[in-house]
Amino acid sequence: MTEQSSNGNGAILEVKDLKKHFKVGRAYLKAVDGISLSIKKGETLGLVGESGCGKTTVGRVLVRLYQPSGGEVLFAGEDVHRTEGEEAKLLNRKMQMIFQDPQASLNPRMVVSDIVAEGIDIHGLAGSREERLDRVHELLETVGLSKEHANRFPHEFSGGQRQRIGVARALAVEPEFIVADEPVSALDVSIQAQVINLMTQLQKDRDLTYLFISHDLSVVKYISDRVGVMYLGQLVELADSDELYANPLHPYTRALLSAVPVPDPDYESERERIVITGDLPSPINPPSGCRFRTRCPQAVEEAAHVDPPWREVEPGHWVEACPCFT
Amino acid sequence: MNDDNILEVRDLQVSFSTYAGEIQAVRSVTFDLRRGETLAIVGESGSGKSVTAKSIMRLNPEANTIVRGGEILFGQEDLLKLGEKQMQDIRGPKIAMVFQDPMTSLDPTMKVGRQITESLKKHLGMSGREASRRAVELLRLVGIPNAEQRVKQYPHQFSGGMRQRVVIAIALACEPQILIADEPTTALDVTIQAQILDLLRELQEKIGTSVILITHDLGVVASVADRIAVMYAGKIVETGTVRETFYDPQMPYTWGLLASIPLPTADRSRDLIPIPGSPPDMSDPPEGCPFAARCPYVMRICSTEFPEYTTFSAEHKAACWLHHPMAPNVEPPAQVGGAR
Repeated sequence: MTEQSSNGNGAILEVKDLKKHFKVGRAYLKAVDGISLSIKKGETLGLVGESGCGKTTVGRVLVRLYQPSGGEVLFAGEDVHRTEGEEAKLLNRKMQMIFQDPQASLNPRMVVSDIVAEGIDIHGLAGSREERLDRVHELLETVGLSKEHANRFPHEFSGGQRQRIGVARALAVEPEFIVADEPVSALDVSIQAQVINLMTQLQKDRDLTYLFISHDLSVVKYISDRVGVMYLGQLVELADSDELYANPLHPYTRALLSAVPVPDPDYESERERIVITGDLPSPINPPSGCRFRTRCPQAVEEAAHVDPPWREVEPGHWVEACPCFT
Repeated sequence: MNDDNILEVRDLQVSFSTYAGEIQAVRSVTFDLRRGETLAIVGESGSGKSVTAKSIMRLNPEANTIVRGGEILFGQEDLLKLGEKQMQDIRGPKIAMVFQDPMTSLDPTMKVGRQITESLKKHLGMSGREASRRAVELLRLVGIPNAEQRVKQYPHQFSGGMRQRVVIAIALACEPQILIADEPTTALDVTIQAQILDLLRELQEKIGTSVILITHDLGVVASVADRIAVMYAGKIVETGTVRETFYDPQMPYTWGLLASIPLPTADRSRDLIPIPGSPPDMSDPPEGCPFAARCPYVMRICSTEFPEYTTFSAEHKAACWLHHPMAPNVEPPAQVGGAR
């Protein structure tokens, strides 16, 4: 796969031909199989795809929760998987993660102030107990909670409030880049909007860069500047958010977008769905050539034999140029 | 009972007794289900939509469920008054239910075929051979390829979408008059969701089943439902046809819901307006309108008395004090209704 970041200008993060294969018995599950992208400082890159497409694995490799099987990730020019000691610790501070399930990602036996301050302690960001507490209070207020919440346990909060705690914890170490993996999927719609607006506000205030991973295409469109679509461990399309939704090129992107139910009855009654049949093939033994060809409504014979090239068809609009549509 | 209706729920009140006191999950819910229609009950977690559905099936945990009042009329009978034996003749053959997670309704140790034939033999008195043949037909009907082989497999050998098809096949095996689908596609990916929704629509046309669809996803509602009932804190706050409710919603909670969801069709400059705060604690529900504490248009009366329903058309009703003649005139946010 060819490199795809246009010029590398202003890119805070560069991913080059990233691979992550998990050993399953004697075989390898190719969760991520050759992904290249770059994220500019201050932007939000959305990553969408269905369960099992590898989007979560990408996020986890980026923040060093996994070692990649191939390729590299450069954060501000530095290979994140080759750093050690103090440098690695600094990277951990600059790159943070927000998880999907706020219940599972907060230690039920710690009070909120200790959860939020864990990073502050590890990185020695507070000089005294008072300073530590001040920081915690400030962070809680930043995410829309109050000082009084500091001594409570996670179970005393609602789902939306817990996710705010997760955001406060990520912010505590003053990161530059945050991977948000399905941060609003577990929340009710009215609460979803609260957390989304909080994240956009924080981005403006603190010049944060986000990788926003979600299966919800409406949420991703709303929050992202650019969106990448993944299928079976690979990127099939990447473009500006509005461009991708208005002018999708890859048959998978088109099918995916046409499947999203829109809360508009007239629109729904008139729209035509591109139905894709069948289920996701196994990532242990993915189809040859274009990986989507086994479910593609417009599949052509040729697609089985050539690996579709990653091509920039319009400025900033990249797609896996499968012979079925080029 | 009105002849157009297959089911009438009147003033249903359901509570649960817990260590923290009595949780008033459903507080006087009234609605009808018409023959052949799809009624969507929407609301957030804790709004009482699932409890309402399970009350119809009488599937709420017996030990701590308290039915405080109301009736559920199905034909000549009030389902709340039936004994467990009589309910067994209704559950399955007359009213069937599909749940969010197909794995919770399938027996992992039993071949899929047997799980379908079970109800055919019990309720329709089919012979083993007849039932097996019908099981294969049903799997075909719900779009499972190689049905002859698939009946001999176990649930774990099916993908999530295929499992939900199996569950639907089981639910439809006896051609029930009512199908209750509780978040049937929430656990599925969008492309699979689209397949399952298409399937439900097709089957409804073929069999003529009336459907109660419980969901929090307004997109799903817009694509399959005829009518909608919006629930909040154990009450129906607005009900109407899907078009009326989406394009001309009449109360601030419905406005809030519609303004807080991102639209894939809108451009990114459309702001999301979140609903501030969170839903009330149902062990001590507020007097008056339960949405009052989060409502930007709240008036003094809202926190003391629950409003009467105001009727806007044959189907469209909403409970809100803003429709009182003495209330100020309030416009919904621009994101709602006319924002197409």
